[in-house]
Amino acid sequence: MKSLSQCAAERILIIDGAMGTMIQRYKLEEEDYRGERFKNHHSDVKGNNDLLCLTQPQIIEDIHKEYLEAGADIIETNTFSSTTIAMADYDMQHLAFEMNVAAARIAKKAAAEYTLKNPDKPRFVAGAIGPMNKTLSLSPDVNNPGFRSVYFDEVVAAYYDQIKGLHEGGVDVLLIETIFDTLNSKAAIYAIKKYFRDINQPELPVMISGTITDASGRTLSGQTLEAFYISVMHIKPFSVGLNCALGGAQMRPHIEELSQIAACNVSCYPNAGLPNAFGEYDETPDETAHIIEDFAKEGFVNIVGGCCGTTPDHIRHIAEHVKSLKPRPLPVLATELV
Amino acid sequence: MSETLTTEDTLRDQDDKKVIQPFLRLSGLEPLVVRPETNFLNIGERTNVTGSKKFARLIREGLYEEALSVARQQVENGAQILDVNMDDALLDGEVAMTTFLNLLASEPDISRIPVMIDSSKFSIIEAGLKCLQGKCIVNSISLKEGEEKFIEHAMICKSFGAAVVVMAFDEQGQADTEEKKVSFCHRAYKILTEKVGYDPQDIIFDPNIFAIATGIEEHNNYAVDFINATRRIKQLMPLTSISGGVSNISFSFRGNDVVREAMHSAFLYHAIKEGMNMGIVNAGMLQIYDEIEPTLRELCDDAILNRREDATERLINYAETVKAKGKVIEKDETWRLGTVQARLSHALVNGITDYIEADTEEARQLYPRPLDVIEGPLMDGMNIVGDLFGSGKMFLPQVVKSARVMKKSVAVLTPFIEEEKLRLVEQNGGKVKAAGKILLATVKGDVHDIGKNIVGVVLGCNGYDIIDMGVMVPADKILQTARLENVDIIGLSGLITPSLDEMVHVAREMKRQNFNVPLLIGGATTSRTHTAVKIAPEYEHGVVHVLDASRSVTVTGSLLNKALKKNFLGEVTTEYDKLNESFKNKKSTKQFLSIADARKNKAITDWTGFVPVKPKELGVQVFHAYDLAEIAQYIDWQPFFISWELHGKFPQILTDEIVGVEATRLYNDAKDMLKRIIEEKWLTANAVIGLFPASRTADDTITVESPKGGKVNLESIRQQVKKAPGQPNYSLADFIAPAESGIQDYMGGFAVTTGNDIEIWLERFKQDHDDYSSIMLKALADRLVEAFAELMHERVRKEWWGYATEEHLSKEDLIKEEYLGIRPAPGYPACPEHTEKYKLFDMLDATENTGISLTESLAMMPASSVSGWYFANPAAKYFGIGKIEKDQVIDYAERKGWTVEEAEKWLRPVLEYDM
Repeated sequence: MKSLSQCAAERILIIDGAMGTMIQRYKLEEEDYRGERFKNHHSDVKGNNDLLCLTQPQIIEDIHKEYLEAGADIIETNTFSSTTIAMADYDMQHLAFEMNVAAARIAKKAAAEYTLKNPDKPRFVAGAIGPMNKTLSLSPDVNNPGFRSVYFDEVVAAYYDQIKGLHEGGVDVLLIETIFDTLNSKAAIYAIKKYFRDINQPELPVMISGTITDASGRTLSGQTLEAFYISVMHIKPFSVGLNCALGGAQMRPHIEELSQIAACNVSCYPNAGLPNAFGEYDETPDETAHIIEDFAKEGFVNIVGGCCGTTPDHIRHIAEHVKSLKPRPLPVLATELV
Repeated sequence: MSETLTTEDTLRDQDDKKVIQPFLRLSGLEPLVVRPETNFLNIGERTNVTGSKKFARLIREGLYEEALSVARQQVENGAQILDVNMDDALLDGEVAMTTFLNLLASEPDISRIPVMIDSSKFSIIEAGLKCLQGKCIVNSISLKEGEEKFIEHAMICKSFGAAVVVMAFDEQGQADTEEKKVSFCHRAYKILTEKVGYDPQDIIFDPNIFAIATGIEEHNNYAVDFINATRRIKQLMPLTSISGGVSNISFSFRGNDVVREAMHSAFLYHAIKEGMNMGIVNAGMLQIYDEIEPTLRELCDDAILNRREDATERLINYAETVKAKGKVIEKDETWRLGTVQARLSHALVNGITDYIEADTEEARQLYPRPLDVIEGPLMDGMNIVGDLFGSGKMFLPQVVKSARVMKKSVAVLTPFIEEEKLRLVEQNGGKVKAAGKILLATVKGDVHDIGKNIVGVVLGCNGYDIIDMGVMVPADKILQTARLENVDIIGLSGLITPSLDEMVHVAREMKRQNFNVPLLIGGATTSRTHTAVKIAPEYEHGVVHVLDASRSVTVTGSLLNKALKKNFLGEVTTEYDKLNESFKNKKSTKQFLSIADARKNKAITDWTGFVPVKPKELGVQVFHAYDLAEIAQYIDWQPFFISWELHGKFPQILTDEIVGVEATRLYNDAKDMLKRIIEEKWLTANAVIGLFPASRTADDTITVESPKGGKVNLESIRQQVKKAPGQPNYSLADFIAPAESGIQDYMGGFAVTTGNDIEIWLERFKQDHDDYSSIMLKALADRLVEAFAELMHERVRKEWWGYATEEHLSKEDLIKEEYLGIRPAPGYPACPEHTEKYKLFDMLDATENTGISLTESLAMMPASSVSGWYFANPAAKYFGIGKIEKDQVIDYAERKGWTVEEAEKWLRPVLEYDM
């Protein structure tokens, strides 16, 4: 079977769309989230989407399959918030590791099924590592800019636990995504390096996906795109890209810039446009696909897909539009000054 | 990751690949890419408790707010990296480092630059690493505690992605001699790259700067050891950087800042030349090497270079005489007696900066708002300047000097204006709108900016807000900034021909992104016709070609005035439409030959009896730091005046009725600066020339024997327009004997530059708001490099090739090109296709030998560079290709192994047909 890099060299790869948007369609209630196992849990858990890997695995698997059916080469595990730090909101920190293992297995099972159907188009599972709800570079207290609600070592420990779970569950690649504070992602990178050193195995490929929050063209923690990329280069990522916060149209100049400077593959999975007054995304699949097709024609991208508000329909259209287009050629890394 | 590397090597198209250079890349909120031409990075040293008593006290007393202002000051003074050190026995270093860096993160004006975490305790370094989102530098790790600890620390640094400073230590101690410095560094390098997996560019060596002139004889050679070691380390490990604590060198002169500063500058001057590219210095306290008082400078050089035995003694003697400094020149100071308004006006009109800061401050206190000073006396003064300029009584050089005064004055006022703005915004929640914002940029691939800078200065004088994005700016950056800054006009500049295409690209992008602000086009290769035919049709909201800086004012004024704009653009459109039409009509009138027929009409058809002169020195010769004084004798001054928009013949221009006085003043200023450039070696002139056997192997192909072995085919283009009877259709290949004639012929190539050290001076002038000197220096460097090319060509003719040993030509004859043989440059009329430059550069190893590199558009960097071919045939002459037809383009594409589209892309300026 072809490796992820081999596939990326041949064609533009498709990553799946939003998980949350799809879960919403099931209109799940508190009791659905709790399932049998947590019916007596002492706090509300509705909205804890990652918990569904334990309580409603079938739903998660079905969503994965919808995306695989739509043509996704890479599907993301439902683990955006599966860290001890983020799960503390529900007092479920002790379940974080288990969630990661379960999520990875569900996704692997779905992916394997589709790979078997068509071995020429192997499917891969990316272990999703989210940004956390606490940040290392920003103070939550405006009157005390030096204050931090969390420390580097704590963040490393939380990510370590998540990475271990994802790896044991069998993911093919790790995806640090929606990065709005680079220092958090550096903690994740640190944890990845430490984990694989500890188990004495080669590191899994790592995908990096940052978030440009607004028209300033910077991350929430204030870095320009190039500064951000330089800060995470040391993981020698399989890909670097952008997701969330912006729609494809707003991402264009940033993706173009990234395509100029990145030494690795470039990924892009924007939201379905900017949210409307009701917080809903209403860019149609055709519109999104049209924007992404333009990126592909310009030779900006290697991996494309969707974030908030995108659906299997969006992914199907995107896959269709970029099918015959060439991936961005990877640059040569010079080892002496040219 | 190795996995991605293998796939990219096997599955991608060779020609399409981008190359990512192995530069040291650092980041704060913004990136800092250390390119070879970056020259020298200042690392701010005042946020160091061991070096600054004030900072140590602030930290000890927990006054972090004030401590931050020390950091801010460093950034404002030009520090590009901030060194932070909390090594104090009375402090909890880990806590202090964490607290300070966390606070720093919330100050975007400081945290935009990368941090250097400086500590001899690794636990403090680790604490620092956990606070920084950017890619920082760790200062330092070393082999002091053995290899195992070294590897362990390096591993941790690597996990954070930090670059590391490695001190030249080993288990036995510090490296003091040249030999030890080199071998310790090399050992560390091998461990880091081979065992830890460090990228070489992330390694920075500190080969230890020790105090000299201490009175102890063994110390006398310390600076020489450092400088020599630096050179050897850079040769051995070219991707690494060299840093050091500069103030150590002058430790024995504590308390005498005059001597210390001079020593620092002199030391850096010598060390930078050998490859030192960063250093811990007080960014606010560095003198320009050439501005060191000459006696002191020589004494410093004596001590640093250890070139006389009594150097220390003499320096100490001198130091004792230095109390206060400064020479006083008698000047007419009566204007100082006037009112502050009159003084400001006088200073502006006469370009005097001596008192501008104090006068501005005085005026500021007189007026209710700081902006009133600008809108009142300063604008009044500039209006006088503008009137004088407009009526031809003042000339560009003076205007640039006035602008320097203006800039300095505005710099004094800016903080107060900003403060007021903030207050206003707070009060009204509203915004303050400026008169007009103009974005200027030299387009991607091009490095020439003299003209653009002049336009910026002139427009700035007229009250516009100028955003100058510098050189090599890609379209998306230009448009992103234009949108972000909400600019009213975008101005593009460029000098080389590929820039014309890039300008078309920007225009297209403006249309695609729905811009509606006018676009100005300027620069030496641009023209009204090109603008009308190629650019204007791409963008409908106004494209205007601006001939020179003085025109830019009226054009901008018309475009920003609502009442005038529509009419003005209407007129321009009508004019361009006409140009466009006549261009299209004109084209059809010329007759062209097929390439086959053109080839039958070669310049030389009969080679019988022709005996080429065999060069005396075949092969490549390299010249470093060629004598600038000798070069200066070959300067052709006329273009110098043109670059200042003073038109006329030299030397008559000096006595011209109208511009004579100013031209003379400019000429004198230029000669003064030229003298300093020469005496103080501001610039380094490097050259490489090569002479090789050559023969014509096809109609338009010359095959040369490369000095590196093997053969290289040079492809030329042939004139295709139908000539009068007896007039040949020239091609450069015509000047080389054909292979079938059996005659062994020769040709040559050259690349020369005088721009290698220019950036450091330009940066100084910039910090000093001194556009006048900056433009002057660039203009002179351009003249010098042309002169250098002339000089080398003469020596080639007379000595190295020796086909014209008897030549005796005056300077005027040289300028008139009356010599035998030619030196056409790729990209210019006789050989307009730029990519042949790659072959030239490759055969001569020009980049390595001279420091000139090529941009993706084949512009040479530094800008003051010239390259070309030598032809010696007596019949060789300069000519222009004119336009060519598609049959030749197809033929050329075949010869180059290109697609026709690629050939058309590079030949676009000479295409006869529309694509």
